[in-house]
Amino acid sequence: MDTGIASKSVGTVTPQTASFAEPLSLRSGAVMDAYDLVYETYGKLNAERSNAVLVCHALNASHHVAGQYAGVPGSTGWWDNMIGPGKPLDTDRFFVIGVNNLGGCHGSTGPASVNPKTGRPWGADFPVVTVEDWVATQARLADRLGISRFAAVMGGSLGAMQALAWTYLHPERVRHALVIACAPNLSAQNIAFNEVARQAIVTDPDFLGGHYYERDTRPTRGLRVARMIGHITYLSDDEMASKFGRQLKNGKLNYTFEPEFEIESYLRHQGGKFSEYFDANTYLRITKALDYFDPARDHGGSLAKALAPAKANFLVVSFTTDWRFSPQRSREIVKALLDNRCGVSYAEINAPHGHDAFLLDDSRYHGLVTAYFERIYRENAR
Amino acid sequence: MSPNGNGFKRADFDAIAASIRPGARVLDLGCGDGVLLKYLKGARGVTGYGVEIDDAGVLGCVTNGVDVIQSDLERGLSDFESGSFDYVVLSQTLQAMMDGERIINDMLRVAREGIVTFPNFGYWMNRLQVLGGRMPVSDNLPFEWHNTPNVHLCTITDFEVFCARHGVKILERKVLTGGRAVTVLPNLLGSLAVYRFQRA
Repeated sequence: MDTGIASKSVGTVTPQTASFAEPLSLRSGAVMDAYDLVYETYGKLNAERSNAVLVCHALNASHHVAGQYAGVPGSTGWWDNMIGPGKPLDTDRFFVIGVNNLGGCHGSTGPASVNPKTGRPWGADFPVVTVEDWVATQARLADRLGISRFAAVMGGSLGAMQALAWTYLHPERVRHALVIACAPNLSAQNIAFNEVARQAIVTDPDFLGGHYYERDTRPTRGLRVARMIGHITYLSDDEMASKFGRQLKNGKLNYTFEPEFEIESYLRHQGGKFSEYFDANTYLRITKALDYFDPARDHGGSLAKALAPAKANFLVVSFTTDWRFSPQRSREIVKALLDNRCGVSYAEINAPHGHDAFLLDDSRYHGLVTAYFERIYRENAR
Repeated sequence: MSPNGNGFKRADFDAIAASIRPGARVLDLGCGDGVLLKYLKGARGVTGYGVEIDDAGVLGCVTNGVDVIQSDLERGLSDFESGSFDYVVLSQTLQAMMDGERIINDMLRVAREGIVTFPNFGYWMNRLQVLGGRMPVSDNLPFEWHNTPNVHLCTITDFEVFCARHGVKILERKVLTGGRAVTVLPNLLGSLAVYRFQRA
């Protein structure tokens, strides 16, 4: 979601690339022999290397978290309202890292990259990746940047799942975790939405079994529908009602199948925009990563056992109208953390915007994140 | 929730702190901006969490470095495991709860001991105002009848009768007026009551 250029910004930013040649075993059993990660950093790493904050991205975002690219209008980072000088995550105090996840389509090695074994794009052969795999690659990037311990790992939605996974996979490397609009796993309803989105993509005749790059085509129709479905679930019923209601595009009913209601043209617009820049194979894999995320699964269904290794302090935030990852799901995480006697604060923000609220500039929400980072900063200064 | 309006006074803090073992695990219900827990952390080295429903209170807790769970106490304490705390504190909040019996029972499930503080409705100044035909308004009861969150005001005697009838054993009682301990005729001369109790 484009949040517009805020008054204070990290300014012009440039992505960097880190190449990794050490093979990485994935949860699926597949092995990535080598891969690139594209990332951006904002602010300065202090001499103690203790002020680094990793920002994990959700479904359709990337390493481009804040700032703009030189000469590219509308290229504001996806969480620019949260991150920058004087913002809740203050880049005058913290060294912030955004990374495009493995399998992504914004520069890191993904399905559109060339498979060195075949000399052709990976396409359908690119392995399925999981939240835990992403954390493994992020940890290697942290090693590369000389960061042994993060002041905080932060994310919303799927990004929050990564932040949570960091705390039990690398307990010594995370001092604080900000887990926003998260769930400990997807509900059947959530998986169902993802499956409809995937079916829209794979049944598009241009999908060609995932090997569409070489044929110079893209399953944009499928992607468009997938995004439309997703978008419906990110908004609340109330938000849609207040934003669109039953407003008509042209003021009258035409009795055709062209978009007549505002919500129809909005969804088509969103879907169209998305299908131009996002890769279908990446979309399939990211939705799968969401479906597979379930830390309790390896611990007899006990989330408390799964989170037992965590040593971080947590800020868990949910939004009252988020029906995709409802407050109840965040409460499950909080309960598991309480059971483990972890330091945790939990806030339920009364916001009308649904799941997307985590990207928006709500004063209570941003005030809370500001206060939490203030606390981290004070601890760091001690 | 801050049903006594003025928040805490230092004397109340001291009275609660003196009842709490150093290093204990404490759950503070209706913790407001977390000042009591912050004080207890400093004065008694306790660890624990606050529970607060109000946004401003939650923000205050985070600002004060106190861990807080935003939750409605009326929903009960199901987020907390049985026996997971040494003390549960319910300060100046019992009188604003819809179901006082349920919260006391829940407190004694979650912790071995409970601590409650509440404004004593039997305090002579309150009685005097009722006698004069008006609902009491005071430092401890700063609200008018029509906007008070206090739905279950009680006297010291009422609370002790409640405990006797509900299998709650009182371990300690402190009665304060203006921050000073009251020993004579507490139900008449005390404005604030502090009780520590356990399951009988």
